[in-house]
Amino acid sequence: MADSFSIDDEMSGRRKFLVAATSVAGGIAGVAIATPFLLSMMPSERAKAAGAPVEVDISKLEPGMLLMVEWRGRVVWVLNRTPDMLASLEKVEGDLADPTSEKKQQPDYAKNRTRSIKPEIFVTEGVCTHLGCSPVFRKDVAPADLGPDWLGGFFCPCHGSKFDLAGRVYKHVPAPTNLVVPPHVYLSDNRLLIGSESEGSA
Amino acid sequence: MSNLFNSMIGWIDKRFPLTSNWKAHLSEYYAPKNFNFWYFFGSLALLVLVNQLLTGIFLTMNYKPDASQAFASVEYIMRDVDYGWLIRYMHSTGASMFFVVVYLHMFRGMMYGSYRKPRELLWLVGMCIFFVLMSLAFTGYILPWGQMSYWGAQVIVSMFGAIPSVGEILQQWLLGDFTLSDAALNRFFAYHVVTLPLILLVLVFVHILALHETGSNNPDGIEIKENKNPSTGIPVDGIPFHPYYTVKDIVGVVVFLMVFCGIIFFAPEMGGYFLEYNNFIPANTLQTPDHIAPVWYFTPYYSMLRAVTVNFLGIDAKLWGVILMAGSVVIFCFLPWLDRSPVKSIRYKGPLFKIALTLFVISFFVLGWLGTKSPTPLYTLLAQIFTVIYFAFFILMPWYSKIDKTKPEPKRLKE
Repeated sequence: MADSFSIDDEMSGRRKFLVAATSVAGGIAGVAIATPFLLSMMPSERAKAAGAPVEVDISKLEPGMLLMVEWRGRVVWVLNRTPDMLASLEKVEGDLADPTSEKKQQPDYAKNRTRSIKPEIFVTEGVCTHLGCSPVFRKDVAPADLGPDWLGGFFCPCHGSKFDLAGRVYKHVPAPTNLVVPPHVYLSDNRLLIGSESEGSA
Repeated sequence: MSNLFNSMIGWIDKRFPLTSNWKAHLSEYYAPKNFNFWYFFGSLALLVLVNQLLTGIFLTMNYKPDASQAFASVEYIMRDVDYGWLIRYMHSTGASMFFVVVYLHMFRGMMYGSYRKPRELLWLVGMCIFFVLMSLAFTGYILPWGQMSYWGAQVIVSMFGAIPSVGEILQQWLLGDFTLSDAALNRFFAYHVVTLPLILLVLVFVHILALHETGSNNPDGIEIKENKNPSTGIPVDGIPFHPYYTVKDIVGVVVFLMVFCGIIFFAPEMGGYFLEYNNFIPANTLQTPDHIAPVWYFTPYYSMLRAVTVNFLGIDAKLWGVILMAGSVVIFCFLPWLDRSPVKSIRYKGPLFKIALTLFVISFFVLGWLGTKSPTPLYTLLAQIFTVIYFAFFILMPWYSKIDKTKPEPKRLKE
């Protein structure tokens, strides 16, 4: 038995082909059966349906105040900027990485110096573009820890990224881009809809 | 009685290789006779593994992997379950002690050249164990769903989002949602209690098999198998693992358990290093704590993650941070091929290697300390300097290990 069987002899021609064909078929079956398992880990239909827009009343939002709203499980800030705050936007531009918002982190109607529809009202996702922490609103001017040049803005406690009061990222910090401005629209002077650009989907 | 016992063993041996395995791996596994303090940590890692498995099983009996109930169920274990506090503290302290013993175990390998030929695979399997252990620690820390659980997970999962083009879809696939939520908590629980422990057990088994194939290295870094007694075939400098090293390891276990119990009973939070204070606050998806830092065993890598603040070579700082962080762990895998020294052990290596290893250890500790601090310009600069030193240890090793002035290795182990 043993002496008549040699791998080298038998592994030629037909047998070689059959081994290869079986391996390929088995490999395809393996990929096929893995597919449903891997796809089951994508966001479910329920998760996809949970992105409804939220309506916010900003009539009580005083100048200098920041309002936190939850949209799609993350925080959205609505900031009412004072004239001083708006004036600071121009002064810091030399230190910013993308002062003119060239990278598409905002809808077209917010691609301006204030990154907003109304100059004073700033709407942004409060999620650092570095690794997803929520930056802290630091409106104090020239605090000890942020230095004398600080004119107010957002500071990420996780990795030290800094943003100005229009969510524009400073140079030489880990975050690569400006904060994301979500789609939003004013339903009336004081009613703001976040997560949608048309009044119809409210 | 002994006749009955022997015949039972005989009965089993005809059906299962019991006696032969006992001999091969314990009573006739010959280990070098000069094992010192540094050789306790392999068996201690096994002990901690058993502790984690046992306490983990009992924790799952009361824990609820549900974003709305997880935090409360952990507090329930701590306050209402009889001895729940003890079991949880054994598990949380065990997690930190796992890294203590594994770091010391790895450092032993670096000192005595245990990764060198013929033990390259043994080292690589060990590195795989380290990766699985890090994954286990990460998924486990998420489960209480406190502030640090939530924001720590947010940072780590966002790192996958830094990968060009596929990052965003990969992140959604990992989370099972568009944000970190209940779906992610549920699946991280599955990884933590089923997937990763199974992989870990298989890897530990393979690690020991590989060790017993090549035989253990020793503080002198010479091969005892090259000097066998011609009549018996047993290495002249070898002693049977059992009873010599089983007894020695029991001493290590007793001392270790004294320390372990001391931590459990007197300092289970270890001043915020083992269990962080912010994690006693339920997860708040709207607000990051003012100061976040990972658990101590991840802080060196975390420092490197945030050390890069400039874009260069066309890659932005964020991706560089992720590359450096991953690289700082993976680079250990290349040690067997980076070390070109003619000798294995630090005892016979020259001053260059000793200086390099000392600088590496210092940079590991400094980076670890910086990782617990809030970033300031000075700290970021320090992190950048020590990141360079950390990587230089590995990248320059082929050069300095080759030109280093080594001493000749002895033919036999020192007494």
